[in-house]
Amino acid sequence: MFSIIRALGSWVLSELRGLGRSFIFLADAVRMVFTPPFKFSVMLRQLRFFGNKSLSVIFLTGAFTGMVLSLQVYYTLRKFGAEAMLGPAVALSIIRELGPVLSALMVTGRAGSALTAQIGIMNITEQIDALRSMALNPMRYLIVPNIVAAVIAFPLLTSIFDTIGIFGGSVIASELFGIKSATYFSQMQDFVAMEDIRIGLYKALSFGVIVSWICCYKGYYTGYGAEGVSKATTAAVVMSSVLILVWDYFLGSIYH
Amino acid sequence: MIEIVNIRKSFGTQTVLNGVSMKIEDGELAAIIGGSGGGKSVFLKHLIGILRPDEGQILVDGVDIAKAHGSQLDRVRENFGVVFQEGALFDSLSVFDNVAFPLREKTKLHRDEVKKRVIGALEDVGLKGMEMKVPAEISGGMKRRVALARALITEPKIVLFDEPTTGLDPIISNSIHRLIIGTHKKYGFTGVIISHEIPAIFDVADKVGMLYNGLLIEYGTPEEIRGSANPFVRQFITGSLEGPIELL
Repeated sequence: MFSIIRALGSWVLSELRGLGRSFIFLADAVRMVFTPPFKFSVMLRQLRFFGNKSLSVIFLTGAFTGMVLSLQVYYTLRKFGAEAMLGPAVALSIIRELGPVLSALMVTGRAGSALTAQIGIMNITEQIDALRSMALNPMRYLIVPNIVAAVIAFPLLTSIFDTIGIFGGSVIASELFGIKSATYFSQMQDFVAMEDIRIGLYKALSFGVIVSWICCYKGYYTGYGAEGVSKATTAAVVMSSVLILVWDYFLGSIYH
Repeated sequence: MIEIVNIRKSFGTQTVLNGVSMKIEDGELAAIIGGSGGGKSVFLKHLIGILRPDEGQILVDGVDIAKAHGSQLDRVRENFGVVFQEGALFDSLSVFDNVAFPLREKTKLHRDEVKKRVIGALEDVGLKGMEMKVPAEISGGMKRRVALARALITEPKIVLFDEPTTGLDPIISNSIHRLIIGTHKKYGFTGVIISHEIPAIFDVADKVGMLYNGLLIEYGTPEEIRGSANPFVRQFITGSLEGPIELL
């Protein structure tokens, strides 16, 4: 009995230590975002890594999300004779919820996992120690550019997702259900407010911080060997995805 | 001068360094030998402040890096070059960019001067013409030579070598040892080499110390180590299976 309590206490302490360390990690990174020297070239490279290289997956998921949403919502609206509301329904769902959340989840799978693996491998192959030995701060070279790049890329990718999703929905509306594009888009102008777009972009921005923070942190403090990197990568993707959904709920409950 | 005073380091319940003291004079090339898992790399990481001892002092030109932080630690580190065990080259950069990295980050040299110095350093280690290769395209021996060029590019006062020949064939190992001797003569740095290359290391180092069970059990000239009466040292340098060293 005593050993179980001791093991539980040890686990709680270890988790609390990890939590504290992760917040100190984020605080250090945020402080360095605003203090020189700035690593613009590394940041631009990472912006390409998060942004450009995620475009195809964002295009695909955006288009199919809009299409399936249009398909599902149309039949519900038809029961109430409100087919003309299809445009606003699709747009609001995508702009406020699905766009930011699905974009973030897709980028986590594509770029977040790769980022954790890359930093983890740099760690176990002593590349991070090599930076330290040159009197250079690894946080400034590896972490800060990723956080800045993610904060820029996530809202942009979400905007692209939203646009493609809404157009995907309009294709289904006009081709399958015979709803004119003018109806689809004019209703949208009446029901989608600037506030909705702003909320979606705030969410995307905060997801950018969450994903880059968790993925960098897990890579930076990875365990030993290939197994350590593999575990860190899995943990980064799972934790980022869960936090995206939890944080989305939290923000959603505030903004409603 | 590097002076290590009674450093102790434990990870959890495992004691890795248990009161190590030694002194390395300027321009001296000291080697630390010992079995695998004996704390040699941990010892080396203490010398540059990547790890901190639980107790003891590490004085580099009078500054205790065990207690130094931030810019003070960075100033001490600027005197160091490190050749890591597998080279620790940056995967995403070419050989040229790897060697140029410390110059670009730590100096304001013009790009032409950087290029001249990098090509010179690569020539020193016999890698002229390999500038545009990436680490994945070169052999283990070449990686160590690039790492040596990168470590020497800023002409540091102290160079640390963490098992620079591990996993290499005897001929390549010998060439790396020749390079260390040659560059040491040319640049006159103070060097610490972690190695278990016996007897080759006796021809490279001015002083040799043996770490065993977290203690520096012997430290002296190669001749003194070769003639040591310490049974642990004797067993290690002869590679005998019979003796006091426990086989794990």
